[in-house]
Amino acid sequence: MKSSLLMDFTVDTENSTVHVKREFNAPVETVWSAWTKPEILDKWWAPKPWVSKTKLMEFKVGGRRLYAMCSPDGEEHWAFAVYTAIEPRTNFQHRDGFCDSNGTITPELPQSDWDVDFSPKKGTTLVSISIKHETLEDLEKIIAMGFKEGFTSAMEGLDTVLST
Amino acid sequence: MKLRRDIFQAIADPTRRAILAILATQTLTAGAIAANFKTARPTISKHLQILNECELIEATQHGREISYQIKIDKIKEIDRWLEQFRTIWEARFDELDKVLINLKTKENEI
Repeated sequence: MKSSLLMDFTVDTENSTVHVKREFNAPVETVWSAWTKPEILDKWWAPKPWVSKTKLMEFKVGGRRLYAMCSPDGEEHWAFAVYTAIEPRTNFQHRDGFCDSNGTITPELPQSDWDVDFSPKKGTTLVSISIKHETLEDLEKIIAMGFKEGFTSAMEGLDTVLST
Repeated sequence: MKLRRDIFQAIADPTRRAILAILATQTLTAGAIAANFKTARPTISKHLQILNECELIEATQHGREISYQIKIDKIKEIDRWLEQFRTIWEARFDELDKVLINLKTKENEI
């Protein structure tokens, strides 16, 4: 089943934008809930063994989400999202950036504009995400930070494999 | 950190990408590279200088001529780096697949 689901990942360096497309084997209403309800988002957003914790989430235009990626040894990366457009079950957009646990924005870290689009396809749902950064340098920083979490995750996975 | 940003800027330019494509299979002098473009020679020299500073290509002096060759390891490093980013998204979506199965089961129970 997994192999039949489409995933497309491209980095457009000229526009400093990352494009990700993925098909999900569920109707659009269910996929929309998984992306827009904090208690469900927290179940899948963080790369293991990191855990996503949403402190507050006001899913409406002008509202925000304040959340953290937490590592098993207590490291926390706080981030926020401010919703700029919402079209139920079709599309939502937000500006994303880094902050502290109180939501005070960290100005030296890059912000990005997210556009998340949902289209139903015979019982499955295609989600198209574009993440636009202001500069190529910003995109590079984000990749480097994601790299750190992903790398930790890969290493932990390896530990599990090695200890069994 | 700075070096990596430079690599991205280097490959963001279409002329520089074309130069990398030309050098992928052969070592060429600056003059021979410039002959592939309508752009003025000093402009091509500037592009070569940027690629060289990012260590995407390597310059070798032969008497009065300088020849350039591609550094494959550096190019592969960019690929690996993006691949890592892609892997994070794949892992995230695999988790979402599991969540969706649970959600659908719950809906059926109601």
